Amino acid sequence: MQWETVIGLEVHVQLATRSKIFSGASTAFGAEPNTQACAVDLGLPGVLPVLNEQAVAMAVQFGLAVHADIAEVSVFDRKNYFYPDLPKGYQTSQMYHPIVGPGDVEITLEDGSTKRIRIHHAHLEEDAGKSLHEDFHGMTGIDLNRAGTPLLEIVSEPDMRNAKEAAAYLKAIHSIVTYLGISDGNMAEGSMRCDVNVSVRPQGQEAFGTRAEIKNVNSFRFVERAIAFEVERQIELIEDGGSVVQETRLFDPDRDETRSMRTKEEANDYRYFPCPDLLPVVLDQAYLDHLREQLPELPADKRERFQNELGLSAYDANVISASRDMAEFFEAVHSECGDAKQAANWVQGELSGALNRESLSIANSPISARQLGELISRVLDDTINGKAAKEVFQALWNGQGESADEVIDAKGLKQVTDTGAIEAMIDQVIADSPAQVAQYRDSEPEKRGKMIGYFVGQVMKASRGTANPQQVNGLLKEKLDALL
Amino acid sequence: MALEESHVRRAAHLARLAVSDDQASGFVDDLSQILDMVDQLQSLDTEGVMPLAHPLDATQRLRADEVTETNQRDTFQRCAPAVENGLYLVPRVVE
Repeated sequence: MQWETVIGLEVHVQLATRSKIFSGASTAFGAEPNTQACAVDLGLPGVLPVLNEQAVAMAVQFGLAVHADIAEVSVFDRKNYFYPDLPKGYQTSQMYHPIVGPGDVEITLEDGSTKRIRIHHAHLEEDAGKSLHEDFHGMTGIDLNRAGTPLLEIVSEPDMRNAKEAAAYLKAIHSIVTYLGISDGNMAEGSMRCDVNVSVRPQGQEAFGTRAEIKNVNSFRFVERAIAFEVERQIELIEDGGSVVQETRLFDPDRDETRSMRTKEEANDYRYFPCPDLLPVVLDQAYLDHLREQLPELPADKRERFQNELGLSAYDANVISASRDMAEFFEAVHSECGDAKQAANWVQGELSGALNRESLSIANSPISARQLGELISRVLDDTINGKAAKEVFQALWNGQGESADEVIDAKGLKQVTDTGAIEAMIDQVIADSPAQVAQYRDSEPEKRGKMIGYFVGQVMKASRGTANPQQVNGLLKEKLDALL
Repeated sequence: MALEESHVRRAAHLARLAVSDDQASGFVDDLSQILDMVDQLQSLDTEGVMPLAHPLDATQRLRADEVTETNQRDTFQRCAPAVENGLYLVPRVVE
């Protein structure tokens, strides 16, 4: 039987506010345990939450970026459950009237095609603390620094049909929140966490199969692996005559499998009710318009502009627009050199390669956009050839010189385009290579094209790489053919 | 809705309240009366009426995103039964 996979994602994005969603405690990462947990975060008697305006603004910005309806009135609810890292006994969340309503996100697949994934809603909530299960004399240690950190939970519709689409969706969300600057998007530090809902159904069937929710899927790669495992597990189960149980499963990246968390049924009875400590949040049109005006150009718009106005390929436009830092670097290089394709090639090729080798982000690139743009200009105006350009790049990368021009002068890399000088070098090479010349003369005409490579190499060597390769090629062919 | 003792037990367990057998049957009666009143409210036509999220006719004030709290860990941990390395210690939680 042919099976179809149905996937929906719940993405928790940690908002990049300075203070917590309901208190003035710091949200900085990596502090000593419990030094950033104040009376409100601890749920001590008599405290009252006060909502952080920045958390609201960030949620709205996200909503506007995904073309969503923003709720004029949104309400906070209490989600009740007992766990030691949740000192109040409830998580303040938005169950019935979330701040961000239905919207959509465009994802780009590997073949360059796009697909629209609908967003069901996104709501504001607070994070819980952390339980440390290492052995403290048979007890569990609790760090509440993270308690009260603002989260935006983004819930998709079940619109994805395979693991690649799910990963592309997660990347699109990552790209949007980092463009907006509402989250650092650091998955390793937990700033973006993802739960995946997966089910399978026979191809052509309309009704959804029973789904399993996979928790703890915290990298783009894990999303694909967790889904691959889970789909196979469910299909095998059904084909063996069993049925999928609706449950929460945990992804174990070390074993590459999902395991049932065997939570008690009653643990899912959260008894939501409106939080009496918080009043409804009311947003007016002027406020939304103000935030809309401040939105930066978003990845999808940039991608389209790079493709339509700058003539980049769908692939290049997608890769470069995925990160705001890379897109802005590319645009600075482009405005310096004026050639979008060359700028894209250098940013994605030489620069990205060097950054990856040294595990640097583009924001920390040792070579600036201005320097790279200038270097490309020198290739475009024939001051240097491609080989010399790589040498200049390396020198600038290593800090040997302030500008491309300075490196070109210091290293004597200026391209030789003087025909007389190139001819003199060619004559010398021909005179020094009687055996190869004889071979060239005696071979079939169609094989000569390949053999010319030897002579080009020798001339380039004689010029220490500075001769213009096209000129060398043309002149060599003339001179060798004259000997036939 | 007819309330049974099992409902009371379940609600008590979710709220982590210890309820004796005597109390449980008493709560069945009390809570049933509350639910009857809710049923009465449900019978009203509320078509077109916005659900009330809060009894106060006011909207949420927002605070500026500023860190205003300082580290008061030592003070807070004075009333905790067990702490170590800055962590609150609780009976082991098994997943």
